[in-house]
Amino acid sequence: MAYEKLLLRNIHRDDSHTIDVYLANGGYQALRRVLKEVSPDQMLEEVKTSGLRGRGGAGFPAGMKWSFLPKTRDKPRYLCVNADESEPGTFKDRLLIEKDPHLVLEGIILSAYAIDCHTAFFYIRGEFHKGYRIFQRAIDEAYAKGLLGKNILGSRYSLDVLTYRGAGAYICGEETALLESLEGKRGLPRLKPPFPAIVGLYGCPTIINNVETLANVPYIAERGGAWFAGIGRPKNTGPKLFCLSGHVKRPGVYEAPLGTPFMELLNEHAGGMLHPDRPLKAAVPGGSSMKVLPASRCDVLLDFDSLAAAGTSLGSAGGMVMDSSTCMVGALLNLAEFYAHESCGQCTPCREGTGWFVKILRRLETGEGRPEDPDLLLDVARRVEGNTICPFGEAVAWPVSSYVKEFRSEFDDHVTRKACPFGAASVR
Amino acid sequence: MSAVAVPVSPETDRRVDELLTRYPRRGSALLPALYLVQDEKGWISDESMAYVAGKIGVSPAFVAGVVSFYTMYHRKPVGTHHIQVCRTLSCMLRGGREVMNRLRSRLGIEPGQVTADGRFSLEWVECLGACDTAPCAQVNDEDVALLDPAKADALLEKLGQGR
Repeated sequence: MAYEKLLLRNIHRDDSHTIDVYLANGGYQALRRVLKEVSPDQMLEEVKTSGLRGRGGAGFPAGMKWSFLPKTRDKPRYLCVNADESEPGTFKDRLLIEKDPHLVLEGIILSAYAIDCHTAFFYIRGEFHKGYRIFQRAIDEAYAKGLLGKNILGSRYSLDVLTYRGAGAYICGEETALLESLEGKRGLPRLKPPFPAIVGLYGCPTIINNVETLANVPYIAERGGAWFAGIGRPKNTGPKLFCLSGHVKRPGVYEAPLGTPFMELLNEHAGGMLHPDRPLKAAVPGGSSMKVLPASRCDVLLDFDSLAAAGTSLGSAGGMVMDSSTCMVGALLNLAEFYAHESCGQCTPCREGTGWFVKILRRLETGEGRPEDPDLLLDVARRVEGNTICPFGEAVAWPVSSYVKEFRSEFDDHVTRKACPFGAASVR
Repeated sequence: MSAVAVPVSPETDRRVDELLTRYPRRGSALLPALYLVQDEKGWISDESMAYVAGKIGVSPAFVAGVVSFYTMYHRKPVGTHHIQVCRTLSCMLRGGREVMNRLRSRLGIEPGQVTADGRFSLEWVECLGACDTAPCAQVNDEDVALLDPAKADALLEKLGQGR
């Protein structure tokens, strides 16, 4: 049976970002019905039944996260939408925001209703100028139609949604850094516990969800959690947006059920390798922070548990593909420079470790590497991993350790030859 | 409050005041207020930081800490056309460096510099989240997709370089 597109169902329509087009294609019907017939608790139960896991990187079950909110109501509750899409290789939320903002907004309203929250924030990365303009317009349209504000669609439920622009900081995609930024501060991650569900924005209970996660909620509301759980694989349910970039013929965002084979995504959706004479060398199915897989191990299924079993992670599904012309030392140096630039500087292992990675990789790439350098990289990676407040430590340690382990001979080769074997063609 | 000179237009001042009550806490107005000031001035001076600090009710040092944390706040003027070329892996795999090299030689400046006439500035930027359009760039707040050296030339033509 052909797969029915859900998340990307509307994007090819003209003016798909406008409320008129969204309404004409059944938009906000799920919200209309839920506000009349479904209690917040029932809505939350449907999301739990669906098995929906977070699409931002961690893969935590959304319904379970929501149920961590305290039962007491002495403080306001907040929903923060994480639209700080910054993981290299990831550009799926951008597509939803620019092409189907009302699907995202309907998901926000339904989710806020389920957790009984009356103020939601849409934190969007500063570089998404176009997405910000489009989403702010979508919010304005929704207010004008009575879909936001006081007594939505004549119900007793009220919700305000406020946009907030980031200002150029990868770390603000980490949920507690996002909260700090939203409070008007430097985006330094917080120690957990307490978790944001208990102590979040302004010290109040807060739920943070990724854009794509929330875009699934209108379908769960419309067709039920059990239906959603039937898509994909057990414990890895629902539709998924997969990004693919690098050396592929058609880079892009492709929708398929969780559990779709990576090679199918590469060969059928993305049209295969860019140059027919340059075979696949390596891929990172989940985004730059995840462990790299050599071509021989790319025969994997794209879901949380399958990729964990394969020694990597689904992450934000920001797949990057590298062909035989790629210098793995150069590729890793490029990423190390990214992480060194983006480390918030709060924890010593990350702040100093990222600097070490750049320094060592740069001398390897320029032919001044020492025989002990590959092991030194592994040693520093071990000291960073698990020793930082937020997962940024892993996000840099995993690529470093996996590139060195999987492509060890290439690193050693840089030392023996006293030069990069790829010469000027290296990534750098 | 001590009288701080208002270094912005009455319109920007009014919009900053509006921000102060937009969020549940006043502090949240800081990032958007800095954007408003930068939109008017093109960059954020010490004077601007003192102004925003006074509005929010925090110290100028606190504001400086925030400004220096985020890459999108400029501490010195940038060009009329601020060109940012993505330097992260997916763009580099598709020829981002050649694009930068062409821009660099055509404009005669290095990343981080502004042309003498103040019309262009050039910068490397980390992943713009548009890897399907690699190599990509941004000019001010517009995205530029699928660049190569020839398209970089065309971009500069369009922006009026050499005229």
